[in-house]
Amino acid sequence: MNLNAMRALLLRDLRLAIRHGGESLMPLIFLFAVIILVPLGIGPGPNLLSSIAPGMIWVAALLASLLPLEQLFRPDLDDGTLEQWWVGGRFPVSLVGIRLFSHWLVTGVPVIAFAPLAAEMLYLPDGALPVLLASLLLGTPILSLVGGLAAALTLGTNRGSVLLSILVFPIVVPVLIFATGAVSAAADDLPARAHLGLLGALLILAVTLVPLTATAALRLNIE
Amino acid sequence: MRVLLSAQQATFSRAGEPVFQPVDIEVCGGGMTVIRGDNGAGKTTLLRLLAGILRPSSGRVTRRAGISFMGHGSAVKSELTCRENLDFRRRFAPSRSGMDTSAALARVGLAGHGLRPAITLSAGQKRRLGLACLLVAPTAIWILDEPYASLDDRGCGLVDELLASHLGRDGAVVLSTHQRLPQVKPGAQQLVVKRFRALS
Repeated sequence: MNLNAMRALLLRDLRLAIRHGGESLMPLIFLFAVIILVPLGIGPGPNLLSSIAPGMIWVAALLASLLPLEQLFRPDLDDGTLEQWWVGGRFPVSLVGIRLFSHWLVTGVPVIAFAPLAAEMLYLPDGALPVLLASLLLGTPILSLVGGLAAALTLGTNRGSVLLSILVFPIVVPVLIFATGAVSAAADDLPARAHLGLLGALLILAVTLVPLTATAALRLNIE
Repeated sequence: MRVLLSAQQATFSRAGEPVFQPVDIEVCGGGMTVIRGDNGAGKTTLLRLLAGILRPSSGRVTRRAGISFMGHGSAVKSELTCRENLDFRRRFAPSRSGMDTSAALARVGLAGHGLRPAITLSAGQKRRLGLACLLVAPTAIWILDEPYASLDDRGCGLVDELLASHLGRDGAVVLSTHQRLPQVKPGAQQLVVKRFRALS
């Protein structure tokens, strides 16, 4: 698989995401819906909000990354562009990796970009913001990777979305625990390095294993 | 003539049972094989096996040149325009002899439709766009699943012309068809796919 094919696929995926417009903005809209609605529901006291801010931002980011997962491979399966990846007897790990990367660019990066605003709205202590951003930077790619693997596994099933959520949730629980742990620690002026280190380790594990396993899972589903 | 694509006793199993009876096939440059068979006999599975999308569960498939595969879906993204679809295919598998996008569109009778989103194309026009993909990223072996499906008479004639010129450049073609046989000289080899187990 050459670099040209990878670049072509990345550019096409991003173009499709832009063309879908509103659908691609859903994760961001979702994030802000949660951050605006929860204070309305539980009261806008700064002390309360700042203590739940890390968890809220992270739960919203997690759910937001789940939203577009169902559409990650299915349209390509339906219109026959997915099977093209295998033509010539290839094992298209790099293309699957590119697809997961573009999912992160569309769902993860906007969340990271707007996290400072969300943090401000929830009175997160200023000192915790760099750790929040670091945790999102390490954690959101894991969400895309794990979600992508689940999407690949459930591609062959009808109404895979329920199964998909059930598959994803247990695996992303550690991500949520370490990430919110890091941000809470930083908010209390404690070192967050251990949490971030564990998140980094999870990311390395996911980057190494997921493209291979997702490719194998997709191959089963196109057979 | 060089053998570009061959299969020895190849078959593909689903749930442990072969889909069709083992197939031997040999396609040389300038040669064409037409796959025939009843509905559900395994024509599409055989073509996907030859294209490398599926791996043979027994036997062997050997490919000695680049492959293009056109399946049922024509592999066209409906949100993109015709031109964007072709540009993607060209960049996805770059080759020096690829036809220019506008020329390819004109060749398949879609001149002037370049900026139309593919979602607005009719089934036949989508098929034509799929054929144009073969022209912008040329390979020596074409594997076409029902290339005549949803095409009008002129469209079928177009497929024959494209096949003839591909064979003339020593390309190889394997295609499946239901009704119409390619009207191309020299005549094509025919291969009938049979279900592994007859339906009871």
